[in-house]
Amino acid sequence: MAELGSRIATRESYGHMLQELGAENPDIVVLDADLSGSTKTAMFAQKFPDRFFDCGIAEGNMMAIAAGLAAAGKIPFASSFAMFATGRAYEQIRNSIGYPHLNVKIAASHAGITVGEDGASHQCLEDIALMRQIPGMVVMNPADDTEARRCVRAAVEHVGPVYIRLGRSAVPVVFDDSMKFEMGKGQILHEGTDVTLIATGIMCDSAMQATKALEAEGISVELIDICTIKPIDREIIVNSARKTGRVVTAEEHWTIGGLGSAVAEVLSEDCPTRLCRIGINDVFGQSGSAADLMHFYQLDAEGVTNQVRAFVNRTR
Amino acid sequence: MNNLELKKTANKVREGIITGVYSAKAGHPGGSLSSAEIFTELYFEEMHINPEKPCDPDRDRLVLSKGHACPGMYAAMALRGYFPIEEMKTLRHLGSRLQGHPSMALLPGVDMSTGSLGQGFSAAIGMALAGRLDRKSYRVYSLLGDGELQEGEIWEAAMFAGNQKLDNLCAIIDNNDLQIDGRVEDVNDPNPIGQKFEAFKFHVIEIDGHDFDQLRAAFKEARETKGQPTVIIAHTVKGKDVSFMENAVGWHGKAPNEEQYKVAMADLARIDEKLAKEEA
Repeated sequence: MAELGSRIATRESYGHMLQELGAENPDIVVLDADLSGSTKTAMFAQKFPDRFFDCGIAEGNMMAIAAGLAAAGKIPFASSFAMFATGRAYEQIRNSIGYPHLNVKIAASHAGITVGEDGASHQCLEDIALMRQIPGMVVMNPADDTEARRCVRAAVEHVGPVYIRLGRSAVPVVFDDSMKFEMGKGQILHEGTDVTLIATGIMCDSAMQATKALEAEGISVELIDICTIKPIDREIIVNSARKTGRVVTAEEHWTIGGLGSAVAEVLSEDCPTRLCRIGINDVFGQSGSAADLMHFYQLDAEGVTNQVRAFVNRTR
Repeated sequence: MNNLELKKTANKVREGIITGVYSAKAGHPGGSLSSAEIFTELYFEEMHINPEKPCDPDRDRLVLSKGHACPGMYAAMALRGYFPIEEMKTLRHLGSRLQGHPSMALLPGVDMSTGSLGQGFSAAIGMALAGRLDRKSYRVYSLLGDGELQEGEIWEAAMFAGNQKLDNLCAIIDNNDLQIDGRVEDVNDPNPIGQKFEAFKFHVIEIDGHDFDQLRAAFKEARETKGQPTVIIAHTVKGKDVSFMENAVGWHGKAPNEEQYKVAMADLARIDEKLAKEEA
């Protein structure tokens, strides 16, 4: 467990948790595609070399091998960068893992814009959209070390395919060990009445800071963390929307297909509400430091604060 | 089973294929017919399986990587006792367990859902890895098409299986020389297939895929090969034993009409009669 406020990347949390769960459950096997140092599966490999398979740079093959391992009773975790895990190997995930509903856990690191310097080819801004549409796939996007560890454990306890989105950059630990985590349930982090702000993944940090700033300005924000994007917690979204009448989503993902779309689906079906989707707007990313990119695309605390304020003002 | 009984069974597999595809008014007769002896040898001789216990963790497994040949696999499974052969008539119909491409979730005894070419071979490798990890003695078979070798994933998978020395894995290539758009060698030639797999550290065996003596010997040799996976290149005739389908490109993915169905079933009936005479 990392200290509240200290900084650790969720991929590190994944590596630690794999080591812990690997000792508890001999059926866990781990696959990687030549990125084990980056995805942190190397930590598992070091401890359990017989249960680790480096498939080399061949992500499609890796995913279908994972399917075969699951069909024979193993609990495989398959890791690569989100771009290659969900983009390159999409069809293997759909047809060999999703369709037969096999017990494969896909844990992809380096998701989102905070990949940073590698640029647009490596900044996967569509993994949530791709994974969310596969029937039976659970999609989780943890905010910090604490939540990431809970996600990995929940993935093992759940029978069926799971996608876990992990980041490259160190992010603040925002939840202490007392947090209540349940797969498929969101959590209210701050109660408010003027606007609902729904954040996922590392956007929780920006959203928490934005909430403080907006409250200081007199805008009352109800802040919700949605870690499980599928199945999504409809109840928490609808109840809050009824209360505030305005909803903002915040994600480090294209605004098409991710959390914003999932929330739009829930609201338009159950509680039509004005919605503002914060994310990357239908453009490819670019090289830069993670912090510079978060600022440029208005995903940092300042960017979220400004966008929520503008939305509240124009819908008053 | 002796060879005569195996031949009769393979002919019944072919009747099942034609019955199913005719009833479905769609499907893939050509590449199913070319695999009939391979399915028969696997289900009736080679594989340690029990239709009463289709999920037995110790069973041998077959991953039909060329999933479109499932009418042949279904017919062999039915004849082996997994389900009544009459069910072949439900092939590809709404609500049937006999999907257009195999679904493990629907039909007990199907070891992997396949259909998108290239993926089944990788999944078979995953099963072989699991067997080795669990120190189980089961073997994993995977039937591939020769056209399927054009998929890049096949070579990703072959590289991995060879390097992992997976000697509990046996791939069979239904080398019928035809694919949808024409002759395999004209579309995008995967030959020399054997040399390629040898380079990927496989033990390579080439046989006539319609000859039960050769099939039996090849599977035995594969079982006895240690330290590397085996690939059996089975030379076959697409559309085998149905006069107008043999070596005809057009019969990859098309169902016979009523008239053609009658001709096909008559072709197979004549083979039945011939085999009955041999028995007498």
